Amino acid sequence: MSGKTINLTLKVWRQPGAKAPGRLETYRAENISTDASFLEMLDIVNEGLTLEGKEPVAFDHDCREGICGMCGSVVNGRPHGPERETTLCQLHMRHFADGDTVVIEPFRARALPVVKDLVVDRSALDQVMAAGGFISVNTGQAPEANSLPVPKDKADLAMDAAACIGCGACIAACPNASAMLFTSAKVSQFALLPHGRPEAARRALAMLAQMDACGFGNCTNHQECEVECPKGISISNIARLNREFIKAALGSAEELPVIK
Amino acid sequence: MELDSKIPGGPLETKWERHHFDLKLVNPANKRKYEIIVVGTGLAGGSASASLAELGYRVKTFCIQDSPRRAHSIAAQGGINAAKNYPNDGDSIWRLFYDTIKGGDFRAREANVYRLAQVSNLIIDHCVAQGIPFAREYGGLLANRSFGGAQVSRTFYARGQTGQQLLLGAYSSLVRQVARGQVTMFPRREMLDVVLVNGQARGIVVRNLVTGEIERHAAHAVVLATGGYGNVFFLSTNGMGCNVTAAFRAYKKGAGFANPCFTQIHPTCIPVHGDYQSKLTLMSESLRNDGRVWVPKKARDTRRPHDIPEDERDYYLERIYPSFGNLAPRDISSRAAKRMCDEGKGVGPTGRAVYLDFADAIQRLGKAEIEARYGNLFQMYEKIVAEDPYTTPMMIYPASHYTMGGLWVDYNLMSTIPGLFVLGEANFSDHGANRLGASALMQGLADGYFVIPNTINGYLAGTKFGEVTDSHEAFKESEAEVEARVQKLLSIKGKRTVQDFHRELGSIMWEYCGMGRTDEGMTKARKLVADVKAEFWENVTVPGSHADLNQSLENAGRVADFLEFADVMLLDGLARRESCGCHFNEAFQTEENEALRDDVNMAHVAVWEYAGEGKEPIFHKEPLKFEFVKLATRSYK
Ligand SMILES: Cc1cc2nc3c(=O)[nH]c(=O)nc-3n(C[C@H](O)[C@H](O)[C@H](O)COP(=O)(O)OP(=O)(O)OC[C@H]3O[C@@H](n4cnc5c(N)ncnc54)[C@H](O)[C@@H]3O)c2cc1C
Ligand code: SF4
Ligand code: FES
Repeated sequence: MSGKTINLTLKVWRQPGAKAPGRLETYRAENISTDASFLEMLDIVNEGLTLEGKEPVAFDHDCREGICGMCGSVVNGRPHGPERETTLCQLHMRHFADGDTVVIEPFRARALPVVKDLVVDRSALDQVMAAGGFISVNTGQAPEANSLPVPKDKADLAMDAAACIGCGACIAACPNASAMLFTSAKVSQFALLPHGRPEAARRALAMLAQMDACGFGNCTNHQECEVECPKGISISNIARLNREFIKAALGSAEELPVIK
Repeated sequence: MELDSKIPGGPLETKWERHHFDLKLVNPANKRKYEIIVVGTGLAGGSASASLAELGYRVKTFCIQDSPRRAHSIAAQGGINAAKNYPNDGDSIWRLFYDTIKGGDFRAREANVYRLAQVSNLIIDHCVAQGIPFAREYGGLLANRSFGGAQVSRTFYARGQTGQQLLLGAYSSLVRQVARGQVTMFPRREMLDVVLVNGQARGIVVRNLVTGEIERHAAHAVVLATGGYGNVFFLSTNGMGCNVTAAFRAYKKGAGFANPCFTQIHPTCIPVHGDYQSKLTLMSESLRNDGRVWVPKKARDTRRPHDIPEDERDYYLERIYPSFGNLAPRDISSRAAKRMCDEGKGVGPTGRAVYLDFADAIQRLGKAEIEARYGNLFQMYEKIVAEDPYTTPMMIYPASHYTMGGLWVDYNLMSTIPGLFVLGEANFSDHGANRLGASALMQGLADGYFVIPNTINGYLAGTKFGEVTDSHEAFKESEAEVEARVQKLLSIKGKRTVQDFHRELGSIMWEYCGMGRTDEGMTKARKLVADVKAEFWENVTVPGSHADLNQSLENAGRVADFLEFADVMLLDGLARRESCGCHFNEAFQTEENEALRDDVNMAHVAVWEYAGEGKEPIFHKEPLKFEFVKLATRSYK
C-alpha cells in the first residue's frame, strides 16, 4: 500500500444499445489511488458522471476477485488489460503511470454483441456448454465417490482446465474470434477424468458443432488466447480437443442437435 | 403468523427417511403439468433447478447475472464438508451434526442439521460423478483437509476454488436441462415481487435488466435461492450484486424473516485500506491450517513484523484457545482480532489488522508445498496488497461475509407463504447463530439436490391449484407497484449517488451492528438509519432511463431495500437478550469476554412479520427443542 495517487485520461467506448452506433468519449480520472482496482477507478469516474447528471459507463462485474468471469473489457488493446493472468477486477492502478491515456473498449466478436457501453452478450458461451459441457448424471444416480480412483496428475490437469471462468477474453483476443480455448478447457476437463469418458466423443463433436453454429470462428493457431487468458488456461487443451475430435469423428455417425 | 416447523417425530436418525415416506408423491406422468419458478442459480438454485427438471417438472430459472454460472457461490474458496470419515479420524454423521449444532451456538433445529449431515455424503458422490476435479491423494482417492471449528479433516476441496467447481457442476447439470427443454433460463432478470393468489405463491414479477421491461411469470410454486444480505454492511466479501431484495419483497408479502441479526463476520479478510474501496476480499479460512495469527505484545508497536522478536509476539488464538488454536471458529476468532486491535495492538497503516504468518509452515513444509496448498490465495493477496506473503506475514481483519439469518422455513423448506420455498443462504435454517467453515456449500447443495426435490412433491400433490395465468389481477397489481417504484426512483433527481447512501448505511451498520453490539448503539443506529432512509427518498440521484440497461437503477432498488431491512436487523439485535454465536451484545458476556447465552429465555428462532408501511414488524418465536444434544457452554479452549 503506497498512498500514491495518479491522474489519467480515459477514452471509453460509449454505445447506448445493441443497434445504436458507438464512439469513444474522453473523461478525466483524477486523484486515483494506485491501490485502487481498475473497476474502483471506473466507479470513481462513474460517481463523478452521475453527479454531473450524466449516465455512468455501463460495465459488467460482480465478484471483483477474479472468479466469476463477469468483468472484462479491452484496455489499451488488451483484454483484461496489461497484467498477465489478471482479470480486469484484479488489475490495480499501480500498474499505470501518472498522465497515462487509457483506452477502454468492449470485447469484440461477432458472437458476443455489445449490449451497452462495455457490456457484451456472452450467452453463446452458455449455448456451447449446453450442447455438451456436462456429464449426464442425474441427482441420486452416483456411485460412492471413491469407487473410481483418478490418478492425481490427471485430476490436477483436469483442475487446470476447469479453472476457466468463462469470461470470453480468449475470444476477444483471437483474430478469428474463435472460442476454442474456452471449449477445449471444458472438453479436456471431462476427457481427463474417467467419469467423463463415456460421453467424450459425443461431447467434443457437439460442443464444436455448437461453436460453429453460434458464429465463433475457427482456430488457426495464433495462440493469442493463451497469452490473454486471465486464468492461465493452456493451449495444450486445444491439442487435446483436436485429438478427441479426431477420435470421435472417426467413430461416430450420430446426428448432433444444435441449439438455435 | 403460524410457525409450524413440521419436524417429523421419532428418533433423530430416521426422521428424514420416515418423512420421505410420509410425503405425498406426484405421479411421474403428472410432473410435467407443474411449473416451478426458481430464482437464483447459485449452488442452491442451480442444483434445485437441475434436480427438479430431471424429475420432469417444468422449471423456469432466473438470475441477475448474464449467465447462471456467475452466481456468487462461484467465489467460495475453501471447501465443502461431508461425514465420509475417509481419513479414519473419528468423524461420523453424528459428529458433523454435533459440530454444526454446537458451532451455531445451539440456535438451530436439531432435525434440520441432522438431515444436513446425513445427505452430506450423497453430495460428494454426486459432485464427483459430475466431473468435479476435487483434490486427490497420490493413490487417486479423494483428499481432505481440516477447517475452522472442527478437529477432524472432513473438508473436500478443489484447490482454492471449491465454490467455483461445485457451481460449475450444478451449472453443467442445469444447462443440460436447458438443452433438453426442461428448464427455461432467464438471465439478467431481477425479481422485484412475489405474486400471491388466494394466499399461495403463484409467480413473480421481474425486471428485464437489458430492456427494462417488467415481466410477469406464473407457476405452481416459487423457489427462492437468492443468497445472503451481507452487503447491508456495504463492504463485504459478497459479490457486488448480492442483495436482500428478493427475500425482502417476500417478507413484505407475508414471509417471516428469521434471525436477521445473525450475520457472520469472517476473521480472515484483506483489511480496509481506502474510502474508494468497493468490496473486501476473503482469504480462505483454510489458511489458518498453516498460518499462525499474531500481534505484537506491546500496544502501538510500529516495527516491521520481521523486527519483532519471537518473545514479543502474542499468538493470541493459540494462547487463549489452546485446543483449537488458530482453528477457533469464526465468531470467536473475529472478536479476538477486534479485541486485540481495540487494545491498540493492531498492525498496518490503519491499526485495524493482525498478522497471519506462514514462516513456520514454510520452514516445516517448504515453500513448494505451501504454494501447492494456497498458491492462488497468495497470488490474490499479492495482487491486492502488493506484498509477498511468502516473505512478509499477511495482514488480515474481519469483514462481513455470510448471513445465517434469512427467510423462515419449515422442515420442508417452505416459508410462511404456502408454495414459497427458500433455499441456501437465503433461508435461516441450519447454521444457528454462527456458521462453521465449509458448511454453506454443503447446505446449498443439500437443499437443492436432495431436500427440495423431495419436499416439493408433498406440497404439489397435497394442494388444490386454481387456474392462474399471468393476466390475473394479482399480477397486474404487482406489476403496477413495481413500475411505480422504478419511476419514483428515477424521478427524485437529488444530489447524492446511490453508492454514497449505501456506504453511509454500511458504516452505521458496521459500527453499531457488527462485531460488538450494545443496546445504546443499536438504538442509536435505528435513528441514524431512519434518517438516511428518509434522505434517500428525497435526495438520491438515479440517472438514465427505465427502458434499458441501467445499473444505477438496479443498485438504487437494492439499496432502498437494504435501508428498510436494516431496521429489522437492528430490532432483532435489540430483542435478543443474550449473546450467542456472532451476535455479541456487550451486556451479555462472561468474565473472559465470551458470549453469554441464555438458554432458558432465548432458545428460540426470532421471526419477524411485516405489519405494513411505517409500522414495527410483529415479533414471533419458534421455540427450539433440544431432545438429542445437551446444551453446553461452547468452549474451544
Ligand atoms: C468469498 C466467499 C467465500 C466462501 N467460501 C466458502 C467455503 O469455502 N465453504 C462454504 O461452505 N461456504 C463458503 N462461502 C459461503 C457460500 O459460498 C455461500 O453461502 C453460498 O454459495 C450461497 O449460495 P446460494 O446458492 O444460497 O446463493 P448465491 O450463490 O449467492 O446465489 C444467489 C443467486 O440468486 C440470484 N439473485 C439474487 N437476487 C436476485 C433477484 N432479486 N432476482 C433474481 N435473481 C436474484 C443471483 O443472481 C444468484 O444467481 C463463501 C462465501 C464467500 C462470499
Ligand atoms: S479460456 Fe481463459 S480467456 Fe477464455 S473464457 Fe476461459 S478464462 Fe476466459
Ligand atoms: S468481477 Fe468477477 S471476475 Fe472480475
